[in-house]
Amino acid sequence: MLRIAPTFTVETPTTVDEVVALLQRHGPEARVVAGGTDVMPNLKHGLYEPKVLVSLGRVQGLDGLDLSGDPLSLGALVTLHRLAEHPEVRHLLPSLAAAVGHVAGPQHRRMGTLGGNVCLDTRCVYINQTYFWREALGFCIKKDGTECHVTRTGKKCVAAASNDSAPPLLTLDARLEIVGVGGRREVALDDFYVNDGVKNNALAQGEVVTRILVPRPAPIRRFGFDKLRIRESVDFPMLNVAVAFDLVDGQARRPDIVVSAIAARPRRVKGLPEGLLNHVLVAEWGEKAFQSTRPLPNINGDVEWRREMVPVLVRRAVAAATE
Amino acid sequence: MNGPAMTARQLITLRVNGDTHEVAVRPNHTLLEVLRYDLGLTGSKQGCDKGDCGACTVLVDGEPALACCTLALMVPPGAEITTIEGLATKQGLDPVQDAFDRSGALQCGFCQPGMMLSARALLNRTTTPGDAEIRAALGGNLCRCTGYTQIFDAVKLAAAIERGEAPPHAPGAAPGHTVLGGRHRKADGHLKATGAAIYADDIVLPRMLHGRILRSPHAHARIVRIDASKALALPGVHAVLTGDALPARYGVIPWTEDEQALATDKVRFVGEEVAALAAVDEETADAALRLIEVEYAPLPPVLTPEAALEPDAPQIFEGRKHGNVTKRVDLAFGDVDAALSNAHHVVRGEYFFEGTAHAPIEPHCVVADVDARGLVTVWSSTQIPHYVHRTLSKVLEIPADRVRVIQPALGGAFGGKSDPFGHEIVAAKLAMITGRPVKFLLNREETFYTHRGRHPMKMSMALAADAEGRLTALDSKILIDGGAYSSFGLVTAYYSGQLLAAPTGYATYRFDSTRVFTNKPPCGPKRGHGSVQPRFAFEIAVDKMAHALGVDPIELRRRNDVGPDTTTVNGQRITSNGFLECLRVVEQASGWKQRYGRLPFGRGLGVAGSMYISGTAYPVYPNDMPQSGVEIRLDRSGRAHVMCGASDIGQGSNTMLALIAAEELGLRPDAVRVTSSDTDLSPVDLGAYSSRVTFMAGLAAQEAARALAGEVRDAVAVKLGVPSAEVTCGDGRWFSLRDPATGMTAAEAFALAEASRGRPVGATGGYRTDRNLGGPYRGGTIGASPAYSFTAHVVEVEVDADTGRIDVKKVWAAHDCGFALNPTLVEGQIAGSVYMGWAEAVMEEQAMVYGGPNPGLLRGPNLLDYRIPTAVETPDIEVFIVQSQDPNGPYGAKEAGEGPLHPVLPAIANAVFDAVGVRLDRLPFHPAVVRQALRCAAADAAAAPGGTGRC
Repeated sequence: MLRIAPTFTVETPTTVDEVVALLQRHGPEARVVAGGTDVMPNLKHGLYEPKVLVSLGRVQGLDGLDLSGDPLSLGALVTLHRLAEHPEVRHLLPSLAAAVGHVAGPQHRRMGTLGGNVCLDTRCVYINQTYFWREALGFCIKKDGTECHVTRTGKKCVAAASNDSAPPLLTLDARLEIVGVGGRREVALDDFYVNDGVKNNALAQGEVVTRILVPRPAPIRRFGFDKLRIRESVDFPMLNVAVAFDLVDGQARRPDIVVSAIAARPRRVKGLPEGLLNHVLVAEWGEKAFQSTRPLPNINGDVEWRREMVPVLVRRAVAAATE
Repeated sequence: MNGPAMTARQLITLRVNGDTHEVAVRPNHTLLEVLRYDLGLTGSKQGCDKGDCGACTVLVDGEPALACCTLALMVPPGAEITTIEGLATKQGLDPVQDAFDRSGALQCGFCQPGMMLSARALLNRTTTPGDAEIRAALGGNLCRCTGYTQIFDAVKLAAAIERGEAPPHAPGAAPGHTVLGGRHRKADGHLKATGAAIYADDIVLPRMLHGRILRSPHAHARIVRIDASKALALPGVHAVLTGDALPARYGVIPWTEDEQALATDKVRFVGEEVAALAAVDEETADAALRLIEVEYAPLPPVLTPEAALEPDAPQIFEGRKHGNVTKRVDLAFGDVDAALSNAHHVVRGEYFFEGTAHAPIEPHCVVADVDARGLVTVWSSTQIPHYVHRTLSKVLEIPADRVRVIQPALGGAFGGKSDPFGHEIVAAKLAMITGRPVKFLLNREETFYTHRGRHPMKMSMALAADAEGRLTALDSKILIDGGAYSSFGLVTAYYSGQLLAAPTGYATYRFDSTRVFTNKPPCGPKRGHGSVQPRFAFEIAVDKMAHALGVDPIELRRRNDVGPDTTTVNGQRITSNGFLECLRVVEQASGWKQRYGRLPFGRGLGVAGSMYISGTAYPVYPNDMPQSGVEIRLDRSGRAHVMCGASDIGQGSNTMLALIAAEELGLRPDAVRVTSSDTDLSPVDLGAYSSRVTFMAGLAAQEAARALAGEVRDAVAVKLGVPSAEVTCGDGRWFSLRDPATGMTAAEAFALAEASRGRPVGATGGYRTDRNLGGPYRGGTIGASPAYSFTAHVVEVEVDADTGRIDVKKVWAAHDCGFALNPTLVEGQIAGSVYMGWAEAVMEEQAMVYGGPNPGLLRGPNLLDYRIPTAVETPDIEVFIVQSQDPNGPYGAKEAGEGPLHPVLPAIANAVFDAVGVRLDRLPFHPAVVRQALRCAAADAAAAPGGTGRC
């Protein structure tokens, strides 16, 4: 069996301050783990080689859901299962509930946390493999190597954002509460993700995400999500799409579409027209999304097919939003 | 000196199944490792290494969690962990365990501890779960045996038990039988239900070392130098082995022995075994492996069968007369050319079947030990203990009486564990060198390199018919990608042609099959060995012919049915044949007559049929001994002990043996013990392959049991003062036929027999095939079987034109197994076969890397990239058993484990044609491919008439 290298210790702090102190003390040799469903396979594959693993499992106060005020507050350690099943979350944040309900399988969703999914590492067919396999390939730019086998030429890692929570949270204008050595800061999720597959977020060393803050959606705002996958369970996205728009008297206003599982950063589609919500408008949105999406052979699935599925998923996400 | 640097163990407290354990754990150890190897709770299984399969599922505070993705140190203090061992109570099995046992859900049983815990968590939330709810709740637990069908039944039954609405279990029996034909629990069901069944990796011996294998990163290279000195110098490493210590070549087929336990001169695929070592623990073994230095001189790899046949192709084996060709079979029966030129219509097509893997949830595992007298004992996850026995003797160069092979409970095989493997030989050799037990547990990636999966085949077929719709010729040419070694390849080449001449027959036949070597993991036998691929092509060709002739596809098959008691065009003797009944059943159940060709666009029905062997006429090495031997001993306690070399790989052969003994000896099934697949204790049976076990071991068991029953009957007759012919037995009693109240318990009867003979009561039985089977030509016996099973499927699909996704809504599968010795187990084999074939049709594909600098690398050799279906998307499968009563099978029985796989793939393709008018001749049917085909069809339609035919 694949064993994790016996080269780290595990810390189990109980407060955020202790977490930050540990991260500060151990610097780049420390890595945070919450549910473990992403970190453990990556450890087994030798993608992470920490000296200290800081487990958030016992940290108090990070698993709260406060849906009474504005913004809504979702603790980083709230499990995906709890979010997906929570009646009020499903009512207030339907696309987020749907998306996290699409993550992996039932066990993963009970272990995995929203904070963990937001910070999920990027994925690529050339990286999420064993050390033996990666060595036989000649390694790659994300870990242990210098080349990218996806683009063959580029020196930039194009591993794909594969978290299902990111597209809906982006259309919800979510912000993250981050705690680090310097204290507490808030960052818009839109500014959090960066287009670098090696590390696709702006979390600085020593920082940890503590809460996800979502402006309370207006009642006229509609949200939808859809995901392309081969299996109906335990499958990362080949593509995922979240949509949001105001719907008043049949008119769609302020449309917002985010497409992900394409590149390191989820992509927000620009220039979407407003108007009467009908198949013509949705087809225009789909075309815009198609034009702005260029899948790469970085994850499973035929590249052309994945691109052609963008308008299909846009249509289905809109349908979900208006159900 | 110290071994590799490791962080220190920490003492933690774990609450497991109500007990509190203090255990010192290494920080890198997962909860699964601690449960299994520190606490001995081996019911939780390891299948995929990393959270893809769910076999490690335990309940943490009542919620399903993946123990392999949880470090033990991350478990919250005070958390209550429940493993499968904690489910049963003093009152007995948990309703979930009981229901899984009753429903046939426990085939190999390896994924089921996790599955049952997920089911338990579901039933803790509701005792009235709906179908979708059940599927979703089990969506993180992969099963490879059942097709989930009987698991869904089991969960519903468990819910009914909890609601107090389930009827008590009443197995029943077929008319004329006391036991057979009943829905009995499996002989090992209670062990699998409770996590007590011992699989290879559950075996832990004192002083046991852990092995690791160094594998080639090159697809094709010469080995220049191996330096293991640094590895050997690492404290904790006890031995390092290279190929020169085990030079003998071996292979499952004696005519093609081309494998070595560890490569010596060159490597022929990425993942080939190059060196091996044994160390005090797995971490040390991992560290040592990286210290072995190997210098390779890379050679150009041959990665396609076409490239292998190029005149200047690199030679994968040097000095072979036929170069890269493993085997070519070119046979003709009748004047095919004349039939083709005289035909009313000829359907020509090119078909492609991509390779697939078996992917049993249990990875290969072996434990070897040597006692002080030099007896080498090997426990291995094999389905062919006898051939492993022979191979170990040969390669280790020790007499066969110094080797004992034991197959423990096996966590799925499907043909993937039917070769002798390098890791088995290496484990034994390292045990001999170190004088200590050695275990090798392959990781999931290594199982993909070990492979022996379904051969990729490129098939060209021409099918001819006359104006009346009688098939007059089949002309088939097949190129088979064999990978780097022969394995069963000689047989594969024959099977690709020999098993195609029924149930839908034709007057003349030619097949020309060529298996070639390539620098890929070796292919071998996967469920439906050699014939699933050509069957796919042929059944599509028949469908095309039906449309060309304007004949209903079922009617065309009826018109060309070979029928029972006949000989096929290639000389195979058919005895019983229930194909027409299979067709009738699925035609009726699917509403075919009312619905075929009439469903709205996007929805369609398809049909296909097939046959398969019940064992082969000849053993793989020529000899006159029985193919299967059974020994039964009776005991004065009233029990029977059946010993047989047959491998129970989850299909239930131990149960079959117990039921036959119980039937003949008047016992309840639980009064029969079975010892199987232990070469020291059980007579030889050749193993679980070619669907031979029920037929052959069943007959051997019947012979032995009947001999014993005669002895007991005579003794009882004397005691009762009636003629022997008037003595019968059943339900644990022996009694007078005329006066059933006059009799005795089985224990008393057995004691009488023992007393009357003055010795223990035992007998043996054997099965040897009729040697006159098969056509009178070279190779005519390959594919010749004492009986053939027949299958028909109708499949209903919905094609999503937007995505290209094929949603199989329903499969109606009718299979002629002759006679169902245990209908529950037969249904499990049929549903599992349907699932596996469907999975190969819609998603599975063992292919090479997308690009990059090492094109000989396998694409994603893990259970996340190599997707096998979950409970959520697996189709609704309805199973029908057809019983044609074979004249030669045990009680009329034939095989049921492989035949039912074949039709589903072409039936899906044919249903897609009915749904959207597009032919899919290449597997797998990825949505991208389907969508492209739809687009092409639309473009063609727009361009017609006189269109280019391209898009």
